[in-house]
Parts: sequence; C-alpha cells; structure tokens
Amino acid sequence: MNRIVIALTMSSVLALGACKKEPPEVIPPAPRDVSTPAPTPAPTAPRGPQPGSQAHFSSAMAGSDTIYFDTDQYNIDATDMAALRRQAEYLTQYPSTRATVEGHADERGTRDYNLALGERRANAARAYLVSLGIAENRLRTVSYGEERPVDTASTPAAWARNRRAVTVMID
Amino acid sequence: MKTPFLLTVFSLLLSAPAVAQSSGDLLPDLDPAGIGAQPVVTTMDDNGENGPLRGTVTDDSAWQDTGIAIPAFATNREQPTPANSSGTTALGLDLARVVFNDLRNNGLFRPVGPDALPRPSYEQITAPAFSTWQGRSAEMLVQGYVRAGADGRLTVGCYLYDVALQSELAREGWVVLPSEWRRAAHKCADLVYSRLSGESPFFDSRIAYIAETGPKDNRIKRLAIMDSDGANHRFITNGRSTALTPRYSPDYRKIAYLSYTDGNPRIYVYDIDTREQVLVTESSNPTFAPRWSPDGRWILYSMASGGNTDIYRVSAAGGGRPIRLTDNPGIDVGGSYSPDGTQIVFESDRSGAQQCYVMNADGSNQRRISFASGRCATPEWSPRGDQIAFTRIAGDFNIAVMTPSGGNVRVLTDGWQDEAPTWAPNGRIIQFFRSERGSGDSSIWQVDLTGENLRRLQTPVGASDPAWGPVLP
Repeated sequence: MNRIVIALTMSSVLALGACKKEPPEVIPPAPRDVSTPAPTPAPTAPRGPQPGSQAHFSSAMAGSDTIYFDTDQYNIDATDMAALRRQAEYLTQYPSTRATVEGHADERGTRDYNLALGERRANAARAYLVSLGIAENRLRTVSYGEERPVDTASTPAAWARNRRAVTVMID
Repeated sequence: MKTPFLLTVFSLLLSAPAVAQSSGDLLPDLDPAGIGAQPVVTTMDDNGENGPLRGTVTDDSAWQDTGIAIPAFATNREQPTPANSSGTTALGLDLARVVFNDLRNNGLFRPVGPDALPRPSYEQITAPAFSTWQGRSAEMLVQGYVRAGADGRLTVGCYLYDVALQSELAREGWVVLPSEWRRAAHKCADLVYSRLSGESPFFDSRIAYIAETGPKDNRIKRLAIMDSDGANHRFITNGRSTALTPRYSPDYRKIAYLSYTDGNPRIYVYDIDTREQVLVTESSNPTFAPRWSPDGRWILYSMASGGNTDIYRVSAAGGGRPIRLTDNPGIDVGGSYSPDGTQIVFESDRSGAQQCYVMNADGSNQRRISFASGRCATPEWSPRGDQIAFTRIAGDFNIAVMTPSGGNVRVLTDGWQDEAPTWAPNGRIIQFFRSERGSGDSSIWQVDLTGENLRRLQTPVGASDPAWGPVLP
C-alpha cells in the first residue's frame, strides 16, 4: 500500500519534471524581420507563463481561482461551483499538475478557530474538485487562518474578500 | 543552562508562631549584622509583640491603598559582580527598582521607589530608622540587602516592616546566580504582595508570546519569551516562518507552539535548553492550539482531518499514541485543564456558533456551559479553579470571566478586539492581546479579575498570543 502511494507520488513528480522540460507550445517568432540585428542572442525562452505554472493558472482563471464564504460558513454555493468547475477543467487539461487549496478566514475571529475554519473551507473546495473527477493526490490543503489577508481594511467588505479559499498551482 | 536558579535559604515569617516568639533570629549566613564574627541579637521586635499585625493584613480593604517605601537595597561591601557593571551598590538600587515597578504596576499599592528615597545603611536593613519613614508617611517599608559571595553568587535579603507599628512583618532571603538577580527582586515583590494581600505570589514567572512586526498583509511573527515584567526578553525564532500560540510547559523547560516551518500549520515542542524541537505528533494533518496539562504530562492539541477539527491528547514525553477526546462534526478546538487535571474546558461550534463546553479529562460527559448572550471562545481555566476566562464575542471581542458552570459572567475589557486570555499564576490577573481596528497592530494588556487596573505591557515590538507560565520552580 505504502509503496503504491510512493510510486504514484514519484511518477507524478517525474511527470511534472518532464512537463517542464517540454518545448513551449507557442514558439516565439524568429527575429527575421528585425532590421538591426540585436547584439544579444535571439530569445529562446517561451513568451508568457508556462502552462501548468501558477502564473499561467492564475491568468487563465481570471479570478475563478478564489471562492468566497459568508461569516463562519464553509458551504459551496452556485458561484463557487462555477469557479471550481473552471479550476477542474484546467486541472483536467493539464493532468500532470498538482495544486494547493489555501483556506483563509477574516480577522474578526479568534486565532485557533480561524485556523480550523480555514481548514474547513479549503477542504470544502477540495472535496468539490474531487467530486468533479480530480484525483485526491493532486490536491493538498493548507489553512492560513486569519494570517494572510488580501484586503487589510477592517471593514465588512474587506472581511468578505478575506473569507476565501484560493487554489494555487504547485510549481 | 544551569538548573539551580534559586535557592531559598531561609523563609521566616513572623506569623509563624514558633518564629514569632524567637525574637526573629536570622540564619547566620544571611544576617547582615552577622557579617562580623560574633552573633548579634537583632534589635527589632524586642518585646515580641507581633500578634496584632496578623489581624491587620487579613482585612482585604486595609492594604488596597497602602503607601510602601522601597529604598535602595544596601550592600555589606562594594564588590564587582557580573550582575551589574558598577558593582553591588548599584545592583542594590536596581533590585529596589524592580521591586518598586512590580508593586507599582500591580495597581494595588502606592509604592515610592528608591530614586525618591534616602538610602539606608547596611546596618539599618535589620534595624530601620522608623522615624525617618514615619516622617515620609510610609505605612510599609521594604528594605533589603545584596552581598556577593566568593563563588560569585549573590545573597539577597528582603524585609517588610510595618512603619506605624515598628514591626517586621516578613522576611526572606535567596542565593542566586548573578544572571538571575532579577528573580530575587521578584521574589521580594512576591513576598510583600502576598503578605499584604493574602493572595498567592506571581511576579517570579515568565511569559511566552508572539512578537509581531511588519505590515498587516505581510506580518512577521516570532516566538519570544520574557519575564513577567518584560525584562530578559528573548526571541526564540527568527521569523522566517510564522509562529503562533505558544504555551510554556509547567516546568518552563519547553514551549509548545504552532509553526509553518514546513509550510503547514503544525505544533512543535521546543526544548529551551537544547534548542531543538519535535512535532507534537507524527501526522501529516494540521495541528494547532497546544495546551499543557497542569502536571506537564499531557499536551492537548487540535487536529483537522478531512476539514473537521477535534481535540486530542498525547503524552508530553513523546512517542505515545494520541487519544481522541472529541468526535463531533463541529469544530472542537483549544481546551484548558482545570487545575486538578480532571476536567477540560474547550470551545466548539457544534451548536452553530462558538460556545464553551466542559468535559472530563478522558473526553466523557461533554456539556455546554455558556448560555449567556454572545459567543464563547478561547476558554482558560483559572489556576485557582474558581473562574474560567474567555473571549466573549458579542459584536466586539472582549475578555470575560464566568464560573466553571457558566454562571456570573463578568466582562472585564471594552476594546474592539480583545482576545486570548491567559491567567497570572495566582489567578488574580488576566493578560490578553488587543488588536487595533484597521492597522491590526497587536499589544499585550492585563487586567485584574475585578476589571480594574487595565494596562498595556511594554514589549519591544507588537505582541500577541500571551501565555503566562506558573511561578518559576
């Protein structure tokens, strides 16, 4: 049993490594039209973020990498489901990727409870992704409680932005 | 680290009948007047009439506004000491300052410190010039001395006198390492405080907390420790990973706290002497909210599994199998043992919102105790057993106390967000941290059980998650 898990983990790590080494899908145009040759060698790196990377995922999601919760709640509503479906599609499109779901709480809670609440939110999001067919071993969770606010104001609007679960690619 | 921090060499309270009738002999080793070869009969209390004094200090109201003079401690001989670059005379002044600040910050007395008082001679420590102190309207007088021994250790004596009655109320002496000189002063303050108030001592204790720096969205949180008066401050972690919620073990040898050092929230048990730390339990699950049992044998922690948090108990010695104490779909978190170790108060949102519950130490007989308005979070059982402090959430967050059955709720603070109470070792004072709206800046505060004497503790940087340890062993 343990060995299988290790083997799976190993192979996904290898797959991830291999993925990174693959040539970019979009090859930059050769600098043929440039009238004055650049003194530096022609760029060989791909333009834009690598598919499967956090930057690529974040840009592809356009906000759907984050879902939001009501005070002390962790239920997945219709808006959350739509966002999580987009995440699942991405994860399906890039099957060698792995992701962390981060759970967060607003500052208007006690510290230990917020850690537990963030864990609850991250797991709710993860469970929905799994229900959409994403393998469990591709998704880990971490709770940051109230420790990492995105909006530092002490207002109901800021607290609403901070009560969230964010999916982040493991690069 | 050496372990023999403090050696009590004598403890002679005049209220002890046997001593009261012995005309107050000091042990030769500690008698300042006995530095000469021959034994000296002390001059105080010649007629042995100290009986009436016992009556005056049992009345709670009598000591509340007591004026106490605390002149510089005397020294038998000016000597160099590692405790003070200027020698034992200067150290005597510093000792009295520490006693003065302890008693002043307590808010119960009106002490006058050594910088505003004449300096008694060494001989006067056991034979006070009472007329001088009567002229200064001092009701009580604290005098002391410090001597540097040949081995470098310091002997510190502390005497409490009733000026009006011209009688000694208490005396005690300690032999300490030079690095521990402040502890002798705290012991002296404890002697005065407990003799005058009838309460248990608490000054000779330490606090673990989280030092905070940086902006709200990128705050650096470091584990730090300090004495109860803020001295001997030391950072334990470097801030590279977030540290939260420390708790001293009852013997002060370890600190259990949460760290994100491997990227996940996990409780580590840090050994202060070896500076090594181990996971509280071998699990890949997140663990948080560590608490020690009063005897130091167990550590409570909360662990999330599949998103659900429950409370577990594991042997503090390590290696044992964790015992699950709660098994509920709600968030069960935190926990605090009753002083006798038989019960645990904890918080749970199983009813739909955070409330406080009590269970037996084995997890049986779980029952809700908080039914007053508002929510109940972070309950902490008083070391005296008679009260539970908690964070009351009713719009704002405030510190409140209630009886162990949930009755007689009293709200002690009125900040915007006051949370995480921790008790002084004697159960008379509560520390907590206050967060400012907007900036999120945090600071440690303390308040009496009565709701009086609210004050902010001075810390080098922002501070949260205070955890007050017991009186030092």
